[in-house]
Amino acid sequence: MTEKSISIVNGHVIDPQHNIDQTTDIHISGNTISSAANNNAEKIDARDLIITPGFIDLSVNLCEPGLTHKGSIASETTAARAGGFTALACTPSTRPVIDSSAVVRLIKDKGEEANFPHVYPLGAMTKQLGGEQLSELHALNESGCIAVSNGRNPYKNNRVLLHALEYAATFNIQVFFHPQDIELAENGCAHEGIMSTNLGLPGIPASAETVALSRDLLLVEQTGVRAHFGQISCAKSVELIADAQARGLSVTADVAISNLIFTDTDLAGYNSDFHVQPPLRSEADRQALIAGIKSGVISAICSNHQPHEPAAKQAPFAATEAGISTLETLLPCGLTLVNKGELSLVEFIRCLTSGPAQVLGLDKQGQLGDNALANITLFNPTEGWVYNSETSNSMGHNSPFFGRELIGKVRHCLIDGVG
Amino acid sequence: MSKLDPNHLQLTNSGQLKHFLTIEGLSQSLLTEILDTAESFISVGDRAVKTVPLLRGKTIMNLFFEASTRTRTTFEIAAKRLSADVINLNISTSATSKGESLLDTLQNLEAMTSDMFIVRHANSGAAHFIADRVTPQVAVINAGDGRHAHPTQAMLDMMTIRRHKGDFKNLTVAIVGDIAHSRVARSQILALNTLGAAEVRLIAPKTLLPANADALGVNIYYDMASGLKDVDVVIMLRLQKERMQSALLPSEQEFYRLYGLTEEKLAYAKPDAVVMHPGPINRGVEIQSEVADGERSLILNQVTYGIAVRMAVLSMAMSGQTESQPN
Repeated sequence: MTEKSISIVNGHVIDPQHNIDQTTDIHISGNTISSAANNNAEKIDARDLIITPGFIDLSVNLCEPGLTHKGSIASETTAARAGGFTALACTPSTRPVIDSSAVVRLIKDKGEEANFPHVYPLGAMTKQLGGEQLSELHALNESGCIAVSNGRNPYKNNRVLLHALEYAATFNIQVFFHPQDIELAENGCAHEGIMSTNLGLPGIPASAETVALSRDLLLVEQTGVRAHFGQISCAKSVELIADAQARGLSVTADVAISNLIFTDTDLAGYNSDFHVQPPLRSEADRQALIAGIKSGVISAICSNHQPHEPAAKQAPFAATEAGISTLETLLPCGLTLVNKGELSLVEFIRCLTSGPAQVLGLDKQGQLGDNALANITLFNPTEGWVYNSETSNSMGHNSPFFGRELIGKVRHCLIDGVG
Repeated sequence: MSKLDPNHLQLTNSGQLKHFLTIEGLSQSLLTEILDTAESFISVGDRAVKTVPLLRGKTIMNLFFEASTRTRTTFEIAAKRLSADVINLNISTSATSKGESLLDTLQNLEAMTSDMFIVRHANSGAAHFIADRVTPQVAVINAGDGRHAHPTQAMLDMMTIRRHKGDFKNLTVAIVGDIAHSRVARSQILALNTLGAAEVRLIAPKTLLPANADALGVNIYYDMASGLKDVDVVIMLRLQKERMQSALLPSEQEFYRLYGLTEEKLAYAKPDAVVMHPGPINRGVEIQSEVADGERSLILNQVTYGIAVRMAVLSMAMSGQTESQPN
């Protein structure tokens, strides 16, 4: 039986891992990329389109099991694909949380059913994310958790954290950190600064992140555990991670798209769409995060996608649930940074492809080399479209972009050669 | 007006008040109009028949999601002197404790066809939230939202200052105490700066100052001797007991020793300086009894002017609503 062949022709290919940024053809044989063209291949004309490795997201809330009034694996993976994503890591904060192999299998099975095979669950570091008792980390890892995390949920004390890291290091299991000191962040819902003061909103100081991050870095150094820092939000965090990398610690970091395009000034008028964790910080922080991408300290941009039902956002700001539904708008948001000259297109695409692939150790993804998986995204960088709640694929009703024109639209998204 | 403009909600297209949510963004002339209107209502309280018919036939609901006696009562008196029908709803002990959302509560109350909601709520932005969702002809008055704003309190304080000091432009005003948690202080600072006060000072330890307080258009002092030097007005804030539990202060005694307003400390201020406090006062915690009851204290005048200021705001917002309705 001969495998199906596809040739994508006339498109502009950006493959940061192989330093490709030019018009060239891409050939697919079955589910992999092939260096050789097949004369009988189906042709996709990619004139005016940019061809990149499929985007990889390091943090998506799929909401299933347990929170299916907010989103389902079927709806949110469809949204992911519409946004150009071909692989994603999902957070453990489902109900029940991802602290047993049964939940891991359920999520992976539902991903397959939704024709989105590259769902990578992040296991809960502690049972029920309670910060006290370790989950069966080895079993979680074996059943398919690509890494483990306690999200922003606190550990009971530093001893529990140290033991969790030692245990994970024993089996070379990667740990995702989302540093935030629970006491310093207590009841906060906005970056602590002049905006939180003016609006009278309880603040989350930058030190809530940097104090936890500093501790985590010291314990990572002590235990030798493989560590990734997700969704860092402030200038000082970029500095701390750069210092750690400079002294030889192999830690990686990502930033959420919302922290690159919004700041705390967007909270004026109490628009609860901008209630998000980590909070939108100052313009100086935003610029430091951009600089962190350019210098390579931050190697990935994640969606931090968090869909909600309408009621979750219909209350005074502090009483609403945090999060933005971002999967379908991440590409146009990133392109605004490119159009403003803050990031180059290659820098932006690297943070969605080879950057996150290297964080997760996915050798055959995030790049378009020979024998890589045929996970490919094609988008038109100048096409305008309007995002709205009726036509969005995500169940999330929480986007500040509803009704607004966006520039940059995904045209095709192939997963394992199928699209 | 942009949706980010704080006034897109509270002003009509011609710049009239239709809700009263915050001092932020209001012009000096509008604040002066509120004070002038309030002046015209002062005498109503001295008459044998203490009512004017401005809001006859209007229904006003006092929606207090947080307990309050004085503010609710003065709003009620203000509304009744304007001949409105007033309904007091103490919601902290009814609907929301049964799990009803603010939006559901609001929709139920709207179905009872009210003309105005006076709202106090523990969440900053609650009055904005309601004003953004009420049916068009209903006015919303913020009676205190979280740590954000308490604009009628600030305006009655401005009225007190104007009545006793005249013009604002040569005045130095010190606000003392728990500024971090105070919606009153935030609104006072905005009002004083809009009305052109020469200097606004904040006096507090760092634990009781909000983040970036220096960006509020104030000068910051950590001690009373330098902070009160040559000021014209001293505004003391109430200190809540729970500030001691969260390690913001060591003890009431230490706070009183450092920041409590005594005759001795008041001597740093100008000889004719006046003393104000939004109440209720904690004698011996933030203010000495002799000062609270002394001849320079305007604390009880504030309460009296509070009724006139609230009459002004209620009548102006209602007429703004009427004006903004298409005929």
